[in-house]
Amino acid sequence: MPRAFTPKVITANALISGEVVYLTADDRWSPHLPQAELLTDEAHAQLRLVEANARQSEVVGVYLADMASTDHGPEPTHFREDFRRRGPSNYDHGKQAVL
Amino acid sequence: MYSYTDFDAAFVAERNRQFRAQVARRIDGSLTEDEFKPFRLMNGVYLQLHAYMLRVAIPYGTLRAEQMEMLAHLAETWDKGYGHFTTRQNIQYNWPTLGDIPEMLDALASVEMHAIQTSGNTIRNVTADHFAGAAADEIADPRPVAELIRQWSTDHPEFQALPRKFKVAVTGAQADRAVIRAHDIGLRLHEQNGDLGAEVIVGGGLGRTPMIGKTIADHVSLDDLPAYLEAVVSVWNLLGRRDNKYKARIKITVHEHGIDEIRARVEDRFALIRPTFTGAHMDLYEEIRAQFAPPGFRNAPTDAFDTAYAADPVFRAWADTNLSAHKAPGYAIAQISLKAHGATPGDASAEQMRVMARIARAYGHDELRISHEQNVVLPHVHKSDLPEIHAILKAHGLATANIGLISDIIACPGMDYCALATARSIPIAQQIATRFDELKLEHDVGDLKIKISGCINACGHHHVGHIGILGLDRAGVENYQVTLGGDHTETLALGDRTGPGFSAEEIVPAIERIVTAYLNHRENAEESFLQAYRRLGMEPFKQALYGDAAKRSQAA
Repeated sequence: MPRAFTPKVITANALISGEVVYLTADDRWSPHLPQAELLTDEAHAQLRLVEANARQSEVVGVYLADMASTDHGPEPTHFREDFRRRGPSNYDHGKQAVL
Repeated sequence: MYSYTDFDAAFVAERNRQFRAQVARRIDGSLTEDEFKPFRLMNGVYLQLHAYMLRVAIPYGTLRAEQMEMLAHLAETWDKGYGHFTTRQNIQYNWPTLGDIPEMLDALASVEMHAIQTSGNTIRNVTADHFAGAAADEIADPRPVAELIRQWSTDHPEFQALPRKFKVAVTGAQADRAVIRAHDIGLRLHEQNGDLGAEVIVGGGLGRTPMIGKTIADHVSLDDLPAYLEAVVSVWNLLGRRDNKYKARIKITVHEHGIDEIRARVEDRFALIRPTFTGAHMDLYEEIRAQFAPPGFRNAPTDAFDTAYAADPVFRAWADTNLSAHKAPGYAIAQISLKAHGATPGDASAEQMRVMARIARAYGHDELRISHEQNVVLPHVHKSDLPEIHAILKAHGLATANIGLISDIIACPGMDYCALATARSIPIAQQIATRFDELKLEHDVGDLKIKISGCINACGHHHVGHIGILGLDRAGVENYQVTLGGDHTETLALGDRTGPGFSAEEIVPAIERIVTAYLNHRENAEESFLQAYRRLGMEPFKQALYGDAAKRSQAA
């Protein structure tokens, strides 16, 4: 049996602000992880990655990040993505200021 | 202090003009990221975890007051009100937008600063002893040599696509405050029969394969030095491993070929290059050196210092930890700790930068230094001014009396900012400093350097910490390895690993157990942690860390 596909979201940094953003199902870049499109099919994820990578004038550093599917949307499975969505732990700015 | 020539000013302005156009072409879509990335890296712009990061060089760690004020202006205008001073005498801004960076670079150029060669596979910002020109144990000021190297290496046509980055550090004193044996090239200026020259050390470095630099030449006279350095970099440029970035640094080249073969190749190359240096470099050196003439020290009584020292215990504690011996009578070197207990090591707010600039202008001959230990230095202050300086520092949260103590921690940005990090560093540093402040133990513990890196690249110098902490990702959880017995001075040594790492929750109690073991085992209060470790070895600390579990696993 093939190994189960870990759900993913597409993430990047906004080209000008550098802010962490996520690709939504309706092709927007959102700064909020709950709005990200959760990709549960590997082939679809690869297709979305190609599409996202083509948007060079909007974002930089596009990649697929592992997520868990939860009741309140995608949740990071690794602490790096958890920090990325919240901002640094030493100051109350970055994303955690508004979350 | 060095002032830009017309050539320098035009060079930086032209580079800024080019980069502004490159940014515009990236934003309008004419350049892809792959095309743009080499340009931004040539100008100190990284993409980090949460945002872009701009790394600004503070050559040989020296700043004038107006330059520090400009750093404050950048922090306020284009960032979130603070900057982070690093172990390589740079300042990093964590939140600039790409569109603002050209403005920031122009603002920096207006005070003769830049971000050139603070990233990429080039010769990076040349660092120096932060007590340069002030230390009582100094033979020669390392900064004119560092400035000469900066000019020689900036945009050097042969060295813009090196196998990997290349770092040079210079000291001119007996004590090594610039960690020269952990650099690609370390220079120790000294005199031999009245001839000023340098001991040249190559192949040091920390990172995933830490190596202590080896002496390639005992004495290269100043006249020969630029050609000799060019020969070293040139030999490595040819031999360096471009097939594997983890084996590309000169430390691996020296390790693989042996220092004797490298020396022979360098000498051959030197013989070829030397005649092309026809003396202009020495004229330039003399021009540079004249600009680093010592300030006009004043001859005044130090009664005000003695009175405050006797009367004010807070001032006394600060004076005892934060002052160092100056070569001029009546003067001291004062360190301003950027390690307030619980604060982020190396961070300064715009307001704090302005305060430090004001003090430097009023009392410090207009000079500030940034140390590789992420503190700020007032290199020339008359002792009689110290009570007033201390009062101003205290009013702005800058009078922490902890230089060299357990809370004076080096910490890299770690996974709070850095895209390469495997774990966080800053919160660990904050927690250790807070904990030992609560225990009121740090003055009793004395000289103890903790250095924390959030990945194997070792920006936090963990290998050479008396206690080193390395943050790793172990199966998706932050894990902290501990090393003991490292030494960052002229007796450079790499620490030994204690054993299995600790979780983020376990690491602070683990450090506390190490310190308790030291206090229990030291012969007396004069025996420092490092001396005790060298006498006792790992065993008592291992026992304190792992208890009987260590014995069980050894028996198994």
